[in-house]
Amino acid sequence: MSAAAARLAGLDRRLVPLAASVALFLAMVAYGAFSYPAFLSPQVFLNLAIDNAFLFIVAIGMTFVILTGGIDLSVGSLLALTTMCAAALVEKAGWSPWLVVPLLLAGGAAFGAAQGFLIHRYRLQPFIVTLAGMFVARGLCYLIDTESIPIRNAVFTELANYRLPLGGGHSLSSGALIALLTVAAALWIAHSTRFGRTVYAIGGNAKSAQLMGLPVGGTLVRVYALSGFCAALAGLVMTLYMLSGYSLHATGLELDAIAAVVIGGTLLSGGVGYVAGTCVGVLILGVIQTLVIFNGTLSSWWTRIVVGILLFAFCVSQKLLERGAESR
Amino acid sequence: MKRLASHALFWPVITLLALIALNTAVNPGFLAVSLRDGHLYGNLVDILNRAAPLALVSAGMTLVIAARGLDISVGAVVAITAAMAALLIGGSLNLDGETTSRFPMWFALVAALGVATLCGLWNGALVVGVGMQPIIATLILMVAGRGIAQLITGGQILTIYYPPYSYLGNGYLLGLPFAAVLATLVIVALHALLSLTPLGLFIRAIGINPVAARIAGVRSRPITVALYAFCGLTAGLAGLIISSNVKSADANNAGQLLELDAILAVTLGGTALTGGRFSLAGTALGALIIQTLTSTIYSLGVPPEVNLVFRAALIFIVMLLQSAEFRATVRRLVTRPERA
Repeated sequence: MSAAAARLAGLDRRLVPLAASVALFLAMVAYGAFSYPAFLSPQVFLNLAIDNAFLFIVAIGMTFVILTGGIDLSVGSLLALTTMCAAALVEKAGWSPWLVVPLLLAGGAAFGAAQGFLIHRYRLQPFIVTLAGMFVARGLCYLIDTESIPIRNAVFTELANYRLPLGGGHSLSSGALIALLTVAAALWIAHSTRFGRTVYAIGGNAKSAQLMGLPVGGTLVRVYALSGFCAALAGLVMTLYMLSGYSLHATGLELDAIAAVVIGGTLLSGGVGYVAGTCVGVLILGVIQTLVIFNGTLSSWWTRIVVGILLFAFCVSQKLLERGAESR
Repeated sequence: MKRLASHALFWPVITLLALIALNTAVNPGFLAVSLRDGHLYGNLVDILNRAAPLALVSAGMTLVIAARGLDISVGAVVAITAAMAALLIGGSLNLDGETTSRFPMWFALVAALGVATLCGLWNGALVVGVGMQPIIATLILMVAGRGIAQLITGGQILTIYYPPYSYLGNGYLLGLPFAAVLATLVIVALHALLSLTPLGLFIRAIGINPVAARIAGVRSRPITVALYAFCGLTAGLAGLIISSNVKSADANNAGQLLELDAILAVTLGGTALTGGRFSLAGTALGALIIQTLTSTIYSLGVPPEVNLVFRAALIFIVMLLQSAEFRATVRRLVTRPERA
């Protein structure tokens, strides 16, 4: 979509990538509906939320990090560590889930905050700090147990089996509901709070943000804490989804999350992007997977190739948009 | 200048020696090297052999990082190369017990390395031509690469039944493991190339200030693309060694987390992640440190799962030591603050 066309449609330049993502999503759904009669069933779309609940939550945390111009590679491992801790504490140590859940959420936030502190205080590259964080979290998983720990705790199984009926035999899982609540909270944080505006300001230009007197350091630490919190929350959702803790849960999830954020139209240089776009990005990843499953003959690795191609297309078009903006 | 270089390698050397000393303390036979059938055997030889793929990839990564880049797709490139080689050589067991390769081996090797170099060129084109951030440009291949490797292998673990191929990863040349000899040759040749021609200076110039380098007449764009292509090539060599070592190509697990180990080896060797300052010898030492650490963990009887945590701790320490802010904080703690 060219800039001129965007102006004609009355769109802000910054909304062009988001509009492209929405158009892509609709095109994929149309293709699915055209090829497979069963595709347009409401439950197919509800399943997008149910099966990708943890990706939604992680990608939202990642959106805030990327908006500041950073990156968080530790989320997948932190998620796995949360499932391991939840399973080990509840099943092996016999702790009450009501104690374990807030503890793990706080732990995730603290893990993220520690990374944010290193990044801000010692001017280390976010990429390398969170890479080390990824090693630490995955290593701790293996230390707890190399085997999968099944969960039989009554509270967890009840929550996992809970379905919110939506009429017509359709329903949403508790994980999907948590994801939807997180999306709502993230939209509010990003667009209606001082913290959200500071995040955008840092991504736009950290130096100006500092000169304007915005709390750059504190916000950076809080952004990584938020991402850690989201990873822990996603870990709890995955614990419900799988009813187990396993050190190999969510390997490579950080890549999916980054892909969702980019495909959702957030600029990797920071400052421009929307939580809503990330949600569309996650939905696009989900639809690709659904299409591959509906096709039946395609192998699952096609998902990764298609995601790679989309990443490429979106990154190139972002660059072209930037160049278009510079040349005017 | 010379003193600075010796200083830069001081800590990696000390770390490696400390690890070796620790091993020798636990296992007095650690240093023993014996000659059997004209081949050298021993823990040290084993470490050299196992560190070879990592050292190769890290050498390519060093140059990319020195020019202010990064390549996180090397693990995926390893998987693609291994898959290509396995597909082209394949080989099947005949009824009379002889094995044949589908294509001549030289052709398979050249083709597989060619594909690896193409992968590197693709990364370079995205970084230089399109102007993407290196992490993101190479992330694309990292995500798609394993899918491509799966496509080549048809989703299976391909076994390579052709005995000559296993020489790459298991053979001996002049009593030394061939992989280690190959890695040493590549690194020494590279070092000679960079110190005898202005190329090394150009790479440093690009790393310190790409714009200034270009204004000063350094052809930074083709050089940067070439560095990514070279990094792809070294990843390809590593892929050949790894697949030859296990006589199979596993698209999912070949080269898993290799990009992280390579970055760790590069940092351990004293190369600045911000570009400009690099040391190939340091990188080789870094790769040896990582491999020795792995063997140490096994020989100490610590559960191998701790390995990741150890490596993470190493990254944190090296990273903090490289940070000017952290050194300033330590200095303030150690010495009295000067009066303004």
